[in-house]
Amino acid sequence: MSETAEAPGPVTIVETPIHLDYKFTPGVAQSRFLRALERGEITGQRCPKCQKVYVPPRGACSMCGVATDEEVKLSGKGTITTFCVTQIPSPGLVPPYVTAWIRLDGSDITSMFLIQECDPAEVRLGMRVEAVWVEESELVPDLGNIKYFRPIDEPDAEYETYKDYV
Amino acid sequence: MSNRVAVVGVGQTKYAAKRQDVSMAGLVREAAKRALDDAGMTWSDIDAVVIGKAPDMFEGVMMPELYLADALGAVGKPMLRVHTAGSVGGSTGVMATHLVSSGAHKRVLVVCYEKQSESNATWALSIRLPFTGGSVTGAGGYFAPVIRAYMRRSGAPDDIGIKVSVKDRLNALNNPYAHLKIPDISEEMVRESPMLWDPIRYLETCPSSDGACAVVLTDEDTAKGTPNPPAWVHGTAVRSEPTMGAGRDVVNPHAGRDCAKDVYAQAGVTDPRREIDCAEIYVPFSWYEPMWMENLGFAPEGEGWKMVDDGSTSMKGDLPINPSGGVLSSNPIGASGMCRFAEAALQVRGMAGDHQVDGAKLALGHAYGGGAQFFAMWMVGSEKPNA
Repeated sequence: MSETAEAPGPVTIVETPIHLDYKFTPGVAQSRFLRALERGEITGQRCPKCQKVYVPPRGACSMCGVATDEEVKLSGKGTITTFCVTQIPSPGLVPPYVTAWIRLDGSDITSMFLIQECDPAEVRLGMRVEAVWVEESELVPDLGNIKYFRPIDEPDAEYETYKDYV
Repeated sequence: MSNRVAVVGVGQTKYAAKRQDVSMAGLVREAAKRALDDAGMTWSDIDAVVIGKAPDMFEGVMMPELYLADALGAVGKPMLRVHTAGSVGGSTGVMATHLVSSGAHKRVLVVCYEKQSESNATWALSIRLPFTGGSVTGAGGYFAPVIRAYMRRSGAPDDIGIKVSVKDRLNALNNPYAHLKIPDISEEMVRESPMLWDPIRYLETCPSSDGACAVVLTDEDTAKGTPNPPAWVHGTAVRSEPTMGAGRDVVNPHAGRDCAKDVYAQAGVTDPRREIDCAEIYVPFSWYEPMWMENLGFAPEGEGWKMVDDGSTSMKGDLPINPSGGVLSSNPIGASGMCRFAEAALQVRGMAGDHQVDGAKLALGHAYGGGAQFFAMWMVGSEKPNA
């Protein structure tokens, strides 16, 4: 042993990144939803009890506890019911970027999407938006087919029409 | 509740960004030992151990209850783990209470912890599935839009969140265990701190903390022989609701209102604002204080912000909220709910030190988790509840 060798300090932390790869098994409802996305369409399902339309459909209404079966085709247009402007970097995203809760026309629940093709300072509650899809040749069974939403030239929705959708 | 349950010991670690002087086992043992000391007990006095923490994915240690059993003196004894996301610290306390109230055990050690310095909670919470649009960055990315919806719905002035941030950080200066200590905290400092998830500023968010919190629960007979005054459990409740339900109100969740009603009914509370002396509630982002004031029935819907604005929730107000500094000052996620329960108990035991609310006799502990879909509460009092 060399007398000049420094005693190593204690090991206090060791970084061990974890990667989790898994196979996702969709049920009947999600399988239909993913196949529709593969065709460039958005579909939801209506609850036979409360008549509310779920997007994405989960095969059941979680509020009524009943199975949903009726398919509803949606246009891909919707209303921003609330949003946040994120200033923290995220993989593939340069801050500031806007994440909005969007109530798709004809649905009764919001989904979260990015808002692009507009200044984050312009985004507001009630703003009307539409889905921007990947090229047809790139369609896969994944909601990632919708790259983001962008504003459309329509008057803002009245607060009363979307206030309960958060 | 059949048998009376007493909180006879409370133990907390110092909350800090990095507790590299201890392992997870060392961390939970530190809190547990302090709770046992407070209760005048040793490891061998304990009949069963209940542990709670946030999802395993945070630190990447799977089933930590197995690894931690010997550090908590649980070998040869019943050991249970509770798992309800961010509300876990609360629901762990509730499940442990049931073990005593049911008569199954007489002396139960309850420990919750998180070691955020060994984890990455933001990215563990930012997973994407094939049927979701994704793009949520951490808990703030989920809750900021909810806060914006509350601001619009209530018409609250923009500075309410700033006021909560200042109040809780001032309270934290009186709590020796608090993580964040910002002696020169001011509304201007909070206002000028960077926006992270607009409308949430940096100083309106909770820190990432390492820490553990423990309590010892006993039956009535055992509580007679303990050295310090007990807190008596007057009610416990847990509620849940679906994250994604059409017609669900995320701003003022039904499950939270039901949970509060249940715990008030058990405690015989009919006017919570007047009858409860102080509350420790789960406020990870400043605006959640006025939101929960409404959800908990302390204020009419749309008016929770007025309690912040007029100082009602400060230490000098009629209903001090988070005398300890709350989650905004210390956030060991899996333990944060237990900290609320434990601090409520310290208040009614008269053992909260420099952040004691004078004469507190009845206090509420509150926790929530997931997408505001899990709620856990307990009411504790200085007097025994009616049988």
